[in-house]
Amino acid sequence: MSNEVLRCENLGIVFGGLAAVDGFNVVIKEKEVAGLIGPNGAGKTTVFNLLTKVYEPTSGKIFLNGNDTQGETTVSLSKAGIARTFQNIRLFNNLTVAENVMVAMNQSMKYNLFESTFRLPRFWKEEKEARKKALELLSIFDMQDLADVQASSLPYGAQRRLEITRALATNPSLLLLDEPAAGMNPAETAELMENIGKIRDQFGIAILLIEHDMSLVMGVCDQITVLNFGQVIAHGTPAEIQSNPVVIEAYLGKKKEEE
Amino acid sequence: MKKLTNLTKTQKSNALTYLVVCVAFVIMFALQKTGGLSSKMSGMLVPICAYIAMALSLNLTVGIIGELSLGHAGFMSVGAFVGTTAILIMQFNGVESPVVRLVVGIIIAAIATALVGFLIGIPVLRLKGDYLAIVTLAFAEIIKSLFQNMYLGIDENGLQFSMVDNTVNLSENGRIIIEGAMGIRSITKISNFFIGFLLVIVCLTVIFNLVSSRSGRAIMAIRDNRIAAESVGIPIFKYKIIGFTISAAMAGAAGCLFAQNYSSCVASKFNIDCSILILVFVVLGKQGNMLGSIIAAAALTILPEVLRSFADYRMLLYAIILIVVMLAGNNAKFKAFFNEKVFGKIKKSKKEVIANE
Repeated sequence: MSNEVLRCENLGIVFGGLAAVDGFNVVIKEKEVAGLIGPNGAGKTTVFNLLTKVYEPTSGKIFLNGNDTQGETTVSLSKAGIARTFQNIRLFNNLTVAENVMVAMNQSMKYNLFESTFRLPRFWKEEKEARKKALELLSIFDMQDLADVQASSLPYGAQRRLEITRALATNPSLLLLDEPAAGMNPAETAELMENIGKIRDQFGIAILLIEHDMSLVMGVCDQITVLNFGQVIAHGTPAEIQSNPVVIEAYLGKKKEEE
Repeated sequence: MKKLTNLTKTQKSNALTYLVVCVAFVIMFALQKTGGLSSKMSGMLVPICAYIAMALSLNLTVGIIGELSLGHAGFMSVGAFVGTTAILIMQFNGVESPVVRLVVGIIIAAIATALVGFLIGIPVLRLKGDYLAIVTLAFAEIIKSLFQNMYLGIDENGLQFSMVDNTVNLSENGRIIIEGAMGIRSITKISNFFIGFLLVIVCLTVIFNLVSSRSGRAIMAIRDNRIAAESVGIPIFKYKIIGFTISAAMAGAAGCLFAQNYSSCVASKFNIDCSILILVFVVLGKQGNMLGSIIAAAALTILPEVLRSFADYRMLLYAIILIVVMLAGNNAKFKAFFNEKVFGKIKKSKKEVIANE
């Protein structure tokens, strides 16, 4: 119980009569990678938006590290330990790579406006520390040499990696990755897989990821939840999911002989 | 030399901005002292400083916070009236030194306008884009009509205030300060170019130090991607209002300096035209580019004076020049040509110097 990072109980949201997500249950423990898969429009990203309170759930409960997240906001949840990336990359395009990461450290920095305007010692000390930590985090993806490059000028794959780095900079206990391998080539995907494992071990955090690349999902996840039309249709280990007829049906449709 | 190359790109461009401002000040100051400036030009030095500070202030709102404000003249007007009132009260109470009066007046103006900016920011910053622009415009109009209907006087019994015509009864030694639509009259001009220069430097420092701090990064992160900023724990409203309040304070300080350069100060001077003029400085100098704002503000303030010899065609030429500069500034071909012909040569000569070494 103590190392349970995320617990969703009967989570659901209704948009004008349409249940986009209904009865969603999941438990993720420390150092566990969970996968969330399903056809397009199944409600996967909506689950992420519920977890981060972009949408207020209409039913169910979310517990983060054992605490009910009722009444929390996106901002306070970031402090409480949820970090995420986005399906369509959302970087701070006009800031440099290092600045993107340092923005995410804002919560842990203490100096105030007076100290930064007059450049008092605490400003220099914290800025130096923040930059050092940003470079350390960037080195996970071997991006420390790009620190002073403008974020928008990075190639696509690097932008995805920067988003993950930025999420890690908030010091999360739960990391939500929304299609981290989208648009990556097989070599980049393989590297990403390795890095997700590395992040889990190094930071000891729980990871929930949405992904369409099955080699990545099957390779890295400890447990998988399958969503279709907002409902959980299957849950289990990668091996169980691969052979589950309901999942195959949701993805490929019914075979003719069976009709 | 080695140290210079170690600086980041932002530090270099900041240093360049300070350098340009200081060099321009030294040249103008020397010319003014040696009588090399016409009295017209000499009289424009302080308004130029005030407009530069205004442009910097608005650039903070438009370029850094990323919200369009059409009401900056309103903040300027608050600064002008509050600052001038403070200066006249000090004068009435026998503060001799004009420099002390001016500096204290500017500080009071900045604080008062910051407060107004904060209060207006609370409703305004909940809006976005066009809606925000229109509401700032409305607030500027409200401020204008407030000052146009305000009567304020001082005598030995203290301050007397009224929003109704002619009900301020002052004793013989009293002095009426704000007189409704006529504004503040018979101001002793105490502004000076050096204080104006200092104000510009202070505004620049505040903006540069803000931008490279955690608050500034948070503000720019919100501008670039609001949803992502929230997801990494940036409280949107708090940082927007910090930026907006600082911007208002600068506009107030600039307003006070501006008012001290003329013998009278009327609220109708700070109308929508004034707001738009400042916006033109910011857009022409490129949003987010402080040096651009400074150059644009200085050039466009001087331009109408330079064109005075064209008499009736003055404003026509002003408009045409503005259009040409805007078009040229946004034309890739023109920029490439300019970079090659002008900067290309500079770069080449630099490379030659390095090669020769």
